Amino acid sequence: MLIRRSPDIRSSEITDESLYWRRRDWLASLGFGAAAVVMPRLAHAVSRQEETNTWDEVTGYNNFYEFGTGKDDPRKYAGTLRPYPWTVSVEGEVARPGRYDLAKLFGGLSWEERVYRFRCVEAWSMVVPWNGYPLREVIKRLEPTSNAKFVEFTTLYDPEQMPGQRRSILPWPYIEGLRMDEAMHPLTLLVTGVFGKVLPNQNGAPVRLIVPWKYGFKGIKSIVRIRFVEDQPVNTWKASASHEYGFYANVNPDVDHPRWSQATERRLGKLRRQPTLPFNGYADQVADLYRGMDLRVNY
Amino acid sequence: MDTPIRWRISIAGWISESTTEPVTQAQWIRRVVKPLLWAAGLTPLGWLLYAAIHDNLTADPVKAITHFTGRTILVILFLTLSITPLRRLTGFSWLARVRRLVGLFAFFYAVLHLVIYLAFDRGFVFTELGEDILKRPYITVGFTAWLILLTLAVTSPIAMVKRLGGKRWQALHRLVYVAPVLGVIHFAWAQKKDIRLPLIYAAILGGIFVWRLGSIRRKRAPG
Ligand code: HEM
Repeated sequence: MLIRRSPDIRSSEITDESLYWRRRDWLASLGFGAAAVVMPRLAHAVSRQEETNTWDEVTGYNNFYEFGTGKDDPRKYAGTLRPYPWTVSVEGEVARPGRYDLAKLFGGLSWEERVYRFRCVEAWSMVVPWNGYPLREVIKRLEPTSNAKFVEFTTLYDPEQMPGQRRSILPWPYIEGLRMDEAMHPLTLLVTGVFGKVLPNQNGAPVRLIVPWKYGFKGIKSIVRIRFVEDQPVNTWKASASHEYGFYANVNPDVDHPRWSQATERRLGKLRRQPTLPFNGYADQVADLYRGMDLRVNY
Repeated sequence: MDTPIRWRISIAGWISESTTEPVTQAQWIRRVVKPLLWAAGLTPLGWLLYAAIHDNLTADPVKAITHFTGRTILVILFLTLSITPLRRLTGFSWLARVRRLVGLFAFFYAVLHLVIYLAFDRGFVFTELGEDILKRPYITVGFTAWLILLTLAVTSPIAMVKRLGGKRWQALHRLVYVAPVLGVIHFAWAQKKDIRLPLIYAAILGGIFVWRLGSIRRKRAPG
């Protein structure tokens, strides 16, 4: 059994056996043989006082404009998405391009549980027990070339499955990107589950990105393409309103959205607001990535 | 087939508190129209309480209440503005006498909207509200609309009409056209991206303005 622990996670626990078996079933349902399963790790990257949000909150209050702009639209309408089978196209500056099904993308890696804060740019937040794989492990097996400076992700474009795409509320398909060092950071996850269960459609099934120190819109959902590129990708919200949303989108209480404050946030389930932490509380782990950068300009 | 007639007579009798006298307009307003308006005006509040008890206000109830009360203010203002053309259309002169109550319900929900925001978003820190008003244009616009509603509510009693003088009072109360315009701008400005709903409200408001203008013109036209 392989139990890896990254030094960036404040504390960690080993999951109990029943959780382990449930996960094994899930992995098997994705097409992984039992041999490929490694003991998962449960890591809490939030403080002990912070409660995990409920299943209902995490899966019933979402921004996923591909299914409508209301917070409850994704849960109501994401049933049209068909997440299995699924392939991800790997392209660009990479030694092993091609079409990957999820077993090929993740097979042999350990399915981890990470409890992270999630902070939306709209100033609400939650605490979510994600399940997934560190993006760095996936990137390593894809072997990007030295020209790869950024990673670009693309969401499925299919108005049949995603009826919200019939309206041009955003330029479809949804695109997001990370700098290579951000993508390789141990906190960055490709997520395929939540609460130890398969990721529901409304949360971005079957595979989405989670970058816990950035605003939620960086966490692109239902990914069909991963492209390694030399130039900074143009992410969708920036393309749509560049004075309001930037490429970096690091959680920053000192840089307000032009129309509302980012100094505080409301944790779902709480009535009062609480202060927002720099880098969403992960400054110790990630502030170094941005040393020397003016975060007011690079918002 | 005389049952319906007897029934009508008894209703009229109940309103006028006598079976012989005809129903006066004042009795009709006091005993029928106003109670119905109170019930209608408190219905949104009742819905909110019902939804709160049944945990039906999404995962972010404060936002849900803010949105609901904000839309309610606008809907009631639209109804207020519709009263005059509706009176011309139907000939029901008593409609003019309930306009004040309808307008006051708009103010009631505006108070609720602001108090919820102050309490839960700003923890009753008034300096933060001041900062919001200065720094965030959508709040500046909303606050201006709120001040207008406050002014109209405070000057709405008959005694205030007498104190201000009819002409001045009327000029002041023309602000009732400005409040919903500012409200709709505030609504659109608060959205992240999708402004379909504010545009629908703007279209309805535009329609009401056109309707009012049309009905005033018709009244002034000779013959
Ligand atoms: C000081 C006064 C006011 C403050 C501080 C205020 C504040 C707010 C806030 C914080 C929101 C929510 C924005 C969000 O989605 O995050 C909102 C929404 C709204 N407000 Fe106000 N508001 C004020 C006055 C008014 C007035 C007077 C009206 C109506 C004439 C109004 C109508 C609305 C509407 C329609 C919405 C949007 C509802 C929705 O998105 O469904 N507000 N307001």
